[in-house]
Amino acid sequence: MDDNAVIVKDLKKSFKLPHESHSGLKQAIVSIGKKHHKGYEVQEVLKGLSFEVKKGDFFGIVGRNGSGKSTLLKLLAGIYTPDSGIVQTHGSVVPFIELGVGFNPELTGRENVFLNGALLGFSNNEMKAMYDEIVEFAELEQFMDQKLKNYSSGMQVRLAFSIAIKAQGDVLILDEVLAVGDEAFQKKCNDFFEKIKEDRTKTVILVTHSMESVRKYCNKAIMLQAGKVVATGSPDKVADEYSLANLLDINKVTDSVVDSDGSYLSVKLLSQPLLTSRDTLKVEAKYRAPNDRPVMIKFAPLAYGNASLMTANSKVLHDITTADEKEHLIHYELPLADFNSGDLTLVVLLADVETKANIADYGYNGELSFKISDGKNEVGGVFKNKGDIKLVK
Amino acid sequence: MKISNIVSRRNRILLRELVITDFKLRYQGSALGYVWSLLKPLMLFAIMFVVFVHFLRFGDGIPHYAVALLLGTVMWTFFTEATNQGMQAIASRGDIIRKINFPKYIIVVSGTISALINLLLNLIVVFIFMIFDGVHFGLSLFLFPVSIILLYAFALGLAFFLSAVFIKFKDISHLWEVFLQGLFYATPILYPLSLVIKSAGLWAGQLLMLNPIAVLIQSARADVVGHENTVTADQVFSNPLWLAVPYLIILLVIVVATVYFKRNQSKFAEQV
Repeated sequence: MDDNAVIVKDLKKSFKLPHESHSGLKQAIVSIGKKHHKGYEVQEVLKGLSFEVKKGDFFGIVGRNGSGKSTLLKLLAGIYTPDSGIVQTHGSVVPFIELGVGFNPELTGRENVFLNGALLGFSNNEMKAMYDEIVEFAELEQFMDQKLKNYSSGMQVRLAFSIAIKAQGDVLILDEVLAVGDEAFQKKCNDFFEKIKEDRTKTVILVTHSMESVRKYCNKAIMLQAGKVVATGSPDKVADEYSLANLLDINKVTDSVVDSDGSYLSVKLLSQPLLTSRDTLKVEAKYRAPNDRPVMIKFAPLAYGNASLMTANSKVLHDITTADEKEHLIHYELPLADFNSGDLTLVVLLADVETKANIADYGYNGELSFKISDGKNEVGGVFKNKGDIKLVK
Repeated sequence: MKISNIVSRRNRILLRELVITDFKLRYQGSALGYVWSLLKPLMLFAIMFVVFVHFLRFGDGIPHYAVALLLGTVMWTFFTEATNQGMQAIASRGDIIRKINFPKYIIVVSGTISALINLLLNLIVVFIFMIFDGVHFGLSLFLFPVSIILLYAFALGLAFFLSAVFIKFKDISHLWEVFLQGLFYATPILYPLSLVIKSAGLWAGQLLMLNPIAVLIQSARADVVGHENTVTADQVFSNPLWLAVPYLIILLVIVVATVYFKRNQSKFAEQV
């Protein structure tokens, strides 16, 4: 049964990266003599990918920069040819690697729509049928006979985006093109994607860094890493994997700052950076504070925008202070039962007990980021449903 | 690049759209617009007429030499324009090629077609001039399009080859420029072929007529102003095998260019 829209099997692609430009006669002649010097490096971008996209899927592809997403899209769109392996697409593929490809500022909006359509493989009659819808969606009715150079950049993007989503292709390939236009336009796009998600005849392949979009629109997703599929399945699972990979990368232990007097503070997460509300965040801090006055240590989880949620103070909690030259090891545990899903980061501070002045801090650059992920939140906010509500009257 | 694909609906539409865009943009912002397509060759011709016909008296004694000069100029202009535009076509549309997959040869064809449109406009000027100069309109005029078609095929073949080479070696554009300059003087455009034969001997005429462009221009001239007023290839070669050489060159260029272009086109998106 032919219910696959896209089949990719053991797809490999590498590029020859020239060390310097060899597109000149001089270089060609110069490099004749140099037998050992190849003049280029082979970069393997895709190292054997396999996946399938079913008809009607809203398929997400995520991955860090340089993981091979764009190359994969270009192979799907037929722009590149694979070194080996299979790329099969069924139905007409409409790629939007970039919006407004071939847009010419000297042509009018109308002419650009038809030119863009022709490049995408639509006939004049097909474009005429789509034209009104495109213009209406872009909300540019009065401007279509003006030259594109007189459009604002927002208008241009809206026009290009409208062509992209109104194009009547079977397989739509979108690369990072979701966030365009003002809020009203975004809302419109959101509605459109919600609708297309239900449409079983349209297949959409979406490349994005926005895990929110993946969770919202996609019914299936894969994650690429260094040219391989490292996660596949439900969008939630893949989005979590992606967040984890990002966190692991951020949380690489940075060297603690050692002052001239030999004081330092170094902290690391003992628990995984990706947690659920059933877990407990565990942190280990090491410090040395050659100070004749006592110091205390404070742990402060921060929400988005570095808003402090609370502070656990060693002196206040258990009257722990130190006032010697030795290295001290501190453990901090935070049960996450009350927390909603979300991204948090931890900041650790070393402070003088008397003056309350901070001596050292760690984590303000997001070194101790972690994520709580239980799937969808019932209510918004950092914490779960808190407090009590009574119907009095 | 199957034959059926070349004329497929989708590709025809794309080709049309690209040609129209080119045409619209060419004289964007100039007051006279399309009139320049006619005015430019006329002005160039006026200069040549004054220099070569009036002062240097190249065409002395040859009836309708001015028309022949104009026709030769127009055909040569087309040849340089078509090959140059075709050569740059792929590279200049790199932004599109990197983002959308579509048949690449269409860009090259569209580059040459806008030169072809110019040629057709210029031929109208030639036609008007023929009437003024009192050229007798003979039956051989019906053969004239054959030379134009062959010239277009030759230019298109070269454009395919040059555009594919240009992606890898940008230097080809400079080499081609110099080559065209040399070829221009090696082609009897400004001077009549009969003059060369008279002053240097038959061998010189034979050598010049191995050049496909020279053969096509001479045969086009013969069809327009009459065989009695033009030296054509069959008049310099007694052996018909030599006559075939220029046409074999055209065929060879088209075959090699097509194969080379086909072999390289899948990599254009990466190299451009």
